Amino acid sequence: MAAEPWQTAEIPGPKKALVITKPEVVAAMIKRAKHPVLVVGYRAAEIEFEGGKLVDFIIEFSGKSGIPVVATAHMVSEFSKRGFKPASFMPAVDIGNRLVDPSWSGVDGKGQHDLALFVGLPYYMEWTILSGLKHFAQHLKTITLDNVYQPHANWSFPNISHEDWVKSLKVIIEKFEGGEKE
Amino acid sequence: MPRTFLEKFKMLVDDIKPSTLGCVTLSKKGLHIKIGEMKTDVGLVKNLELSIGKIVEEAWAEPMGPTPFPSLTALREWDLKLLQRYKPFYLPFCDVCCLCTFGKCDLTGNKRGACGINMSAQQSRIVLLACCIGAATHIGHARHLLEHLIEKFGRRMPLDVGGLNVQVEAPITRLVCGVKPETLGDLEEILDYVETQVTHLLSVVHTGQEGSNLDFESKVFQTGMIDHVGMEVADIAQIAAYGFPKADPDAPLVDLGYGTVNVEKPVILCIGHNVVPSVGIIDFMKENGLDGEIEVCGLCCTAHDFTRYYKRGKIIGPISWQLRFIRSGVPDVVILDEQCIRTDSFYEAQRIKAPVIVASEKNCMGLPNRTNDPADAIVEDLVSGKTPGALILDPEKVGEVAVKTALKVAPLRKKFKAIPEVEEVLQRAKDCRQCGDCRRACPQDLHIPEAMKAAMQGSLAKLADLYDLCVGCGRCEQACPVSLPVHSFIVKAGEKKLKEETYKVRAGRGPIQDTEIRNVGSPIVLGEIPGVVAFVGCANYPNGGIEVAEMCREFANRRYIVVTSGCAAMTAGMYKNEEGKTPYEEFTGEFTAGCMVNVGSCVSNAHIAGAAIKIASIFAKRNLRANYEEIADYILNRVGAVGVAWGAYSQKAASIASGFWRLGVPVIVGPHGIKYRRMLLGRADREEDWYVYDARTGEKVYVGPAPEHLFYASETKEEAMVMIAKLCMRPNDTTKGRAIKLTHYIDLHKRLYGTMPEDIHRFVRTIADVPVTMKDEIIKILEEKGWKETVIPDPTLLPRLIRKKKE
Ligand code: SF4
Ligand code: SF4
Ligand code: SF4
Repeated sequence: MAAEPWQTAEIPGPKKALVITKPEVVAAMIKRAKHPVLVVGYRAAEIEFEGGKLVDFIIEFSGKSGIPVVATAHMVSEFSKRGFKPASFMPAVDIGNRLVDPSWSGVDGKGQHDLALFVGLPYYMEWTILSGLKHFAQHLKTITLDNVYQPHANWSFPNISHEDWVKSLKVIIEKFEGGEKE
Repeated sequence: MPRTFLEKFKMLVDDIKPSTLGCVTLSKKGLHIKIGEMKTDVGLVKNLELSIGKIVEEAWAEPMGPTPFPSLTALREWDLKLLQRYKPFYLPFCDVCCLCTFGKCDLTGNKRGACGINMSAQQSRIVLLACCIGAATHIGHARHLLEHLIEKFGRRMPLDVGGLNVQVEAPITRLVCGVKPETLGDLEEILDYVETQVTHLLSVVHTGQEGSNLDFESKVFQTGMIDHVGMEVADIAQIAAYGFPKADPDAPLVDLGYGTVNVEKPVILCIGHNVVPSVGIIDFMKENGLDGEIEVCGLCCTAHDFTRYYKRGKIIGPISWQLRFIRSGVPDVVILDEQCIRTDSFYEAQRIKAPVIVASEKNCMGLPNRTNDPADAIVEDLVSGKTPGALILDPEKVGEVAVKTALKVAPLRKKFKAIPEVEEVLQRAKDCRQCGDCRRACPQDLHIPEAMKAAMQGSLAKLADLYDLCVGCGRCEQACPVSLPVHSFIVKAGEKKLKEETYKVRAGRGPIQDTEIRNVGSPIVLGEIPGVVAFVGCANYPNGGIEVAEMCREFANRRYIVVTSGCAAMTAGMYKNEEGKTPYEEFTGEFTAGCMVNVGSCVSNAHIAGAAIKIASIFAKRNLRANYEEIADYILNRVGAVGVAWGAYSQKAASIASGFWRLGVPVIVGPHGIKYRRMLLGRADREEDWYVYDARTGEKVYVGPAPEHLFYASETKEEAMVMIAKLCMRPNDTTKGRAIKLTHYIDLHKRLYGTMPEDIHRFVRTIADVPVTMKDEIIKILEEKGWKETVIPDPTLLPRLIRKKKE
């Protein structure tokens, strides 16, 4: 399925993100990954999600899937307020830069990651960082969980409505009900 | 009259009979002539030794350092040291290269193109190209300005930029070139050098030249360095010749904002960066008793610079105000000089029936060249509308034509505007299809369709909310399938705010005085003044300009030295505190703890770099002359300075930043700055990257990630503030200084991140570094992290500065 970048002019070139048509596939990829990580930008504290904020969903998702979270910008304070301690917090460009280094020990000291999920960064920051990873982190696959098409990721939703997006994320989290290794 | 260095050289050599010539050497350092014996009209000259590089060198006792007029590779080793620690992280815009007819080439995944270049080298090449554009822009500006000033004031005009208070009048030029310019004429050979360098540097980006990304990066640094020289030349020339404030902490407070313009008067609007045509306007007005009859206002750095000349001039605002101000219909005549001008401003001016004068060879806008026509004939054509605009390349004539045209056209135009009335907005909003194309074109991702929906229902409130966030790019209008003038709608909705914009900014003061440097040198280097933070650059802000003002206030209140320039300097002035004061009224204009110092326009950025250099030379008494590496090493390790270009968009901003990197000053950009496609990031987690030599012993000592990054895009204002405090730490801080810096870092971190920093152990060298008030808390953390005490070295990255070699 073809998808258009959210910002009209962000045309990537020959290699474009595959479109996530079935959210279950995201859950499967996370389960298959040896060492995934979820990078969460500051907008997660602003985006509405089922009466709360996206960050509330992320906390639940991380809890159920066991996926470690890296908070960028000042997001760590939003997590702390909700009693959640992310695996790490650092600037968005720092996590990008570490993810390209095959010898990095990862957010939890368990070695470099093989799958990085992104959500809640400003569109253009996420897009540029994903491009850096696409070109220079051959060991890594990337997925964006935002509701807009990010062409530089390996997998992305197309531009979808808020409602469809909420539904999709709920499908993903359902796959982790009862624990990560289900 | 001889003009260039080479012409002067030829004339001199022509005068000398070959038989009498002892030895002539012409190197990159200049010309050196040794003559055993020479017969001339005046008599016999024996044992004459002459250097053109300057005869004034005789009066400059400082010995020549290792790198005068450095070539492309002279400082490569220093660059590679920096790049070893601050490695590039590339963020390509797209997967392809399309620079030559071999292409397009797909470089995805660091593949190589038909010429053999890989993605990382290609990205660094694009960075170099951007920096060459930026440097050429400043240097071209400097050359134009200097030619004009020499024609008007003569080569011998002394470079007085601060009287006795500024003995080091051109610190960057002295440092880079090893010469000490004293007159306008002395600046010509300096421009000869930087122009040659730009040509070489630009040639490097040709297909099939450089292949290594790190060598591209080294050349980026070279470009930035020569850009700083060019900026310095431009600004000291205009300060000296036009009598701008000369290192004056009490430079006048001038008007800023739309609301300060008296719209009852004829209004001349100047846009751009070259002050010369504006000076022509102001002089003509004054000479003809019209001062006070006409409003002269400006956008971008031209406005900064003419208020340094004429304190009744008004600054409207930064680049993002161009569309809104022209469309408001207030300007009666629009003058365009060079740089950062919207290229549709001629079209926009036509929409409000305002005649346009373009005054720069670099920006002719397709208009007929009327330079040699009589002024009155041009005025007549502009007033009658026979021609909508004219190219006039004589600044005095620009002055006459602009003033006469404004007086005649103002009563005819009656401030004809291009912004619709409220009724029209409400009516036309009903045409909106809610397609969302405007939002998808908007760089700020503003929720325009929602605001349009509200307008359809009769409320402009949501459109008004967008006013502060909109950067005035106009892309939404280009995208709209039913041609709604979205930006104009936003401006109409925010009109009340626009009209109430009445602020003050301190006119650009130019250099920092030597005496001020003497006073703050020690507390800065020891760390007791926690840092120097420079807010510079353009207005492509992620969330409106208020964040710049907030950051300035935060750090001035914390007694950092806060410096501003360019659009950022204007933006910072556009927000008042509870007492109704702008930051310039709230804080002192003296370069000291807790100040708010506007140095001036883009080219005045040279004084910020100059201040850092002067700390090393005046306070620390390091040799300055052609001693780049040592001074940069000093600044990197000792001067806690950080640049913040929160809305940087331009190629000029890129080259200015690269000049700071080479000098050891880190630069933070706002989130849009990530689109410069390359960051220079340290890795705090790699201990081996953070060793320096202790110059006393030759031992290698771990000093922690200080400063952690060299070029870095921050996602939010909060992140930037924490990072500013962190990047001000330097290996040389005394324990007292480090404790002060850590206090600010931890305090901001706790407030904005809601938690203690996790890297405190990397910045504590001895227990005495720990802020007393947080001792227990921090010692616990240090224990958990397995922290070990280290020594505070006399830090350097340069082995040659080790005083006692290790056995
Ligand atoms: S410059 Fe090199 S990579 Fe670029 S299009 Fe030409 S051959 Fe291809
Ligand atoms: S003019 Fe303003 S609203 Fe329109 S695209 Fe630009 S930033 Fe967005
Ligand atoms: S692009 Fe035009 S029609 Fe489409 S939503 Fe925006 S304003 Fe409405």
